[in-house]
Amino acid sequence: MKKSLALLTVSALAFGLLAGCGGTTSGEAKDPGSADKGVVNVYNWGVYIDESVLDDFTAETGIEVVYDTFESNESMYGMLKNEGASYDVVIPSDYMISRMIEEDMLEPLNFDNIPNFEDIDPALKNPDYDPENLYSVPYMWGLLGIIYNTTMVEETPTSWATMFDEKYAGQILMFNNSRDAIGVALKYLGYSYNTTDQAQITEAVDLLIQQKPLVQSYVMDEIFEKMQGGSAAIGAYYYGDFLTMQEINPDLAFCLPEEGTNLYVDAMCIPKNAENKENAEAFINYMCSTAAGLKNCEEIWYSTPLLSVREELDEETANDPYAYPDESILANCESFQNLPADILAFYDSEWTRLMLAAS
Amino acid sequence: MKNKWLAAPYVVWMAIFVVAPLVLVVVFAFTGQDGSLTLNNFSNMGTYVPAFRNSFVLAFVATAICILIGYPLAYFLSRESLMVRKVAMMLIMLPMWMNFLLRTYAWMSILDDNGLINQFLSAIGFFNLWNSIFGTNLTFFHMINTQGAIVLGMVYNFLPFMVLPIFSVIDKIDPKVIEAAQDLGANSSMVFRKVIFPLSLPGVLSGVTMVFIPSVSTFALSRLLGGAKTLLLGDLIEMQFLGNAYNPHLGSAIALVMMMIVLVLMALMNRFGEGEEGVAVL
Repeated sequence: MKKSLALLTVSALAFGLLAGCGGTTSGEAKDPGSADKGVVNVYNWGVYIDESVLDDFTAETGIEVVYDTFESNESMYGMLKNEGASYDVVIPSDYMISRMIEEDMLEPLNFDNIPNFEDIDPALKNPDYDPENLYSVPYMWGLLGIIYNTTMVEETPTSWATMFDEKYAGQILMFNNSRDAIGVALKYLGYSYNTTDQAQITEAVDLLIQQKPLVQSYVMDEIFEKMQGGSAAIGAYYYGDFLTMQEINPDLAFCLPEEGTNLYVDAMCIPKNAENKENAEAFINYMCSTAAGLKNCEEIWYSTPLLSVREELDEETANDPYAYPDESILANCESFQNLPADILAFYDSEWTRLMLAAS
Repeated sequence: MKNKWLAAPYVVWMAIFVVAPLVLVVVFAFTGQDGSLTLNNFSNMGTYVPAFRNSFVLAFVATAICILIGYPLAYFLSRESLMVRKVAMMLIMLPMWMNFLLRTYAWMSILDDNGLINQFLSAIGFFNLWNSIFGTNLTFFHMINTQGAIVLGMVYNFLPFMVLPIFSVIDKIDPKVIEAAQDLGANSSMVFRKVIFPLSLPGVLSGVTMVFIPSVSTFALSRLLGGAKTLLLGDLIEMQFLGNAYNPHLGSAIALVMMMIVLVLMALMNRFGEGEEGVAVL
């Protein structure tokens, strides 16, 4: 009896682990050379592509695409660090790219194989996160803001304060990742996203702990369903995703908070020791083609870095002040930068403190 | 045992996929990021007490509910005809053919404030009735993003693991034992209390193990049904590997402490269970 119970215990533990697995990242990378031209293993954000582009790429080049998705920069980072799978193309955001460059996790690109790089908006070349532009090619960019349901929110929000308003208890959706969530509170308090002052970060997290009882849930892409279905009134998310949600629920509106907001760029990179580097460069190049760029842009509505695609867009989209903001808006935006290791560790422990706090 | 070698594939399997990972967990738990031996991973364990408490309390409640639902179900099923039992077994197993996450996603849209249950209740005018009786102003029942929803998810997902072992034990009780008790003058409630229940305890013990352990270590449920507002051990450990805090060493240490607590609980329960069995044999 004892023995069998011990065995049961072990197998039940194993089952529990398995049951939870298979989340957002379940694919395993294929060996190279399974098709004539081989494969390219791509790791991108969820809901962030027109998937027919992948078939177009295969049709044009004969390279098979193995496509997996992640839901936050941090989980992507964990997956690569764990060597849980090997990828040839990853698409992290700015601050994560600079962290990966610092930690020697990225392979320099051979731009001879990426001629379409020419089409990238010069303003997005040689960015702060990759000053010499050796490792990354911008994929999409955009602004963060507050998405709200006009039937549930009476006033017109202008500030991050709406996210902390007790009137909307149980109706607020908050980011389920440390950098973005703490960022919302930092901006509301008037601090920089990139502060290295632990007191400011602690103050922001204290504010988030106060806010926790008002929060309906901490979400990433779950926000689509909740805002579209009208089960939440307010959430912070990206402008491109707002346009997607608004197509389904026209009651939604978008606000750029007056305290300033986040300007982000997601860019394509090749991880160190990628097995199919040339295929990866071919893939990056194809994603920068006008055809692929236009398809993606019209599917996910993020701002495109490709000049030729911008010309192809209809007038209304191309002149959308939030999608292609002018100087006056940009002046009030701040990008995430990589933080020193001790502050990153502090973010981790502060985030755990928030998650453990009573709701 | 002449054919011991038949077990070889399983032994190899266990060695690679159970024993080796456990060894890795132990090694990781006692080393730092730089690879040196350290106890630092355990020194802050006190910080995580709320996660331990959340997980054990919710898993305990879920297990208790599973016994309350699963035991009567298994008991009455065992007395049905073969045909009914076959159909019932099929129905119990059927949801398990679908992925755990998909089933949980379905619960999200059932429990939502604008979800199927609330839509149904409002369509049949339930809320109007409720409001006129209690003078409230209710338009929906709030169910999603609560600890209750997490427990519901655990019960729903793990209930078959309670029903099946209890059923198979009760089913195998020799009818002669029950007849003997009846011959000796026991009425039906005495037969149940003195014979059937004690003999079925091993099944309950397996059931408890099969429900409690996956419940304690579960993750994703809190995110999907609890709005990520109640941090469970599984989520805390996941955070160290794939989430916001990347520290596999700390994650292993937390996993190790969790396993230790579970093992101690199971050992205690096992001892208690053996005592009961002894009484039954007497």
